[in-house]
Amino acid sequence: MADKATRDAFGEALKALGAKNPKIVALDADLSCSTKSAIFAKAFPERFFQMGIAESNMVGTAAGLALGGYVPFICSFGCFLTGRYETIRMSVGYCEANVKIVGTHAGIGIGEDGNSQMGLEDVALMRAIPGMTVFQPCDEYSTHAAVEYAATHEGPFYLRLTRQKLPNLYRDNQVFQSGRGIILKEGKKLALLGTGATVIEALRASEELANYNPWVIDIHTLKPIDRALVRTLATSCDHIVTIEDHSLIGGLGSAVAEVLAEVPDSRAQLIRIGVEAFGESGDPSALYEKYGLSAPQIVQKLKAKLPNN
Amino acid sequence: MKLPELSDKQVPMSESTVIEKLKRTANECRLDIITMLEKAKSGHPGGSLSVIDILTCLYCHEMKVYPNDPMNEDRDRLILSKGHGVPALYAVLAKLGILERDELWTLRQIGSRLQGHPDRVKLPIVEASTGSLGQGLSIAQGMAMALKMNQSPRRVFCVMGDGEIQEGQVWETAMSAPKFKLNNLICFVDCNNGQIDGHVTEVMDLSPLPDKWRAFNWAVHEIDGHNVEEILSALEKSKKETTKPTMILAKTVKGKGVSFMENQISWHGIGPSAEEADKARAEIQKTLDSLG
Repeated sequence: MADKATRDAFGEALKALGAKNPKIVALDADLSCSTKSAIFAKAFPERFFQMGIAESNMVGTAAGLALGGYVPFICSFGCFLTGRYETIRMSVGYCEANVKIVGTHAGIGIGEDGNSQMGLEDVALMRAIPGMTVFQPCDEYSTHAAVEYAATHEGPFYLRLTRQKLPNLYRDNQVFQSGRGIILKEGKKLALLGTGATVIEALRASEELANYNPWVIDIHTLKPIDRALVRTLATSCDHIVTIEDHSLIGGLGSAVAEVLAEVPDSRAQLIRIGVEAFGESGDPSALYEKYGLSAPQIVQKLKAKLPNN
Repeated sequence: MKLPELSDKQVPMSESTVIEKLKRTANECRLDIITMLEKAKSGHPGGSLSVIDILTCLYCHEMKVYPNDPMNEDRDRLILSKGHGVPALYAVLAKLGILERDELWTLRQIGSRLQGHPDRVKLPIVEASTGSLGQGLSIAQGMAMALKMNQSPRRVFCVMGDGEIQEGQVWETAMSAPKFKLNNLICFVDCNNGQIDGHVTEVMDLSPLPDKWRAFNWAVHEIDGHNVEEILSALEKSKKETTKPTMILAKTVKGKGVSFMENQISWHGIGPSAEEADKARAEIQKTLDSLG
């Protein structure tokens, strides 16, 4: 299969779901061609609502649709959606409304459009809302699994998707369980944890770090975080490395740190790799180099920090 | 055995009897509002007293309600977007028997379903958790869309405050509801001209408010929000709309029914003392006595 952006996989997955479940509806705020909700809209025009450039109203309307028995997917760039935080907190979170919030254009990986369009704090914001599940798939197949899970899981849900294409890592026989990281490589004293677009970077980095026998793990569920897995790694590894295209505060690194800090016999040191500033315009791969998220940059950083062996 | 739905008036009452009964009920609710806020030692008397006539007309006359099965799918919905006025909603729900009257006195206490602002998880009949202003109309719109898709004849009522509509999100919904032809969405604005920092006209003037809603393609009615006949008449007109959502701008008096609270911003968000509560109840009782 060809490389595919998870937003593209999302549009197709939502369409497939729409055919099976007549309660699925989608709303977009003038970005349906970018979020790919347009694929659903074309197939089910009577179940698609164009809300215009007015995200707060879209969030609240979706809450009302959910309370009325529908399963709304609301789609926009992650930064624009989660920027309507207070409405999400009240109308979705506090109402326990079964709304699926789909934030595309995650992180600096969007490239040339620059910081204003980059979802860089969205995971931090969504994780803080009680009852909100947070998912970030890393390829086409896992996106289909995430969309299906979102539709059957009762409750507020944040799905974080990429603009950039990502290679396929999984096949149809891969089992996805909410809250359970997927071990892509079993290792020894070093663990590389990625999520979304950084899973492939972690895999590539692991080749260069083969001497260390690193674990490579896809953390597709950012909330609830896989506590059991982190505990296991905490007692068996010397170093746990989190790699994310998101603010260093509040995302994967923070979620792992929160668990790690409470493991009494933890021996692992945490190394967090993420974005520490606002983003900027540029070629996506050049940005990954500059901000330290590319495999070579990850390798360089870790070689400087890890003991030689 | 189930009670008949209240809007199916099986024993027809004369129009004047209906109106007199609603006036009585609203003022009985006023008595309970005062007692709730006295016991809670906090809360919002001004906005509860201004909105109670509207809520009484809706819940006790206009809406299809199932007191013995409150969450029946066939119910009309009401979202109190001005969530701070919720003592008024609780009082009406107790009148209908949806809440036990004794539960009213648990308002704002730890563990109570009667939160300081509506909480739909604790108390589903409030339909939506509100209290952060400007959000209820969007939720009401979503519910109205769901009812339309279900081909349900039921309607959604939303009640906002006038200060509340300074929130930008309200105007996003003002734009979208006519687009979706939500003639099953009926909104009231409780125009009591009071908000925490002063009069609405001074804090952030809304005028010309009817023109604004008309310009957004709503069917607009201006009424006296304490006049039962005018409230019912506007609601009757709303039933004739085939595409437009209805906006009823109801001029009200903050603290209506208690002379020392009326139009006093200072009574926006405090509970009355025992002495003040007694005085307030005596005044409301006098009004009730005058209704015969």
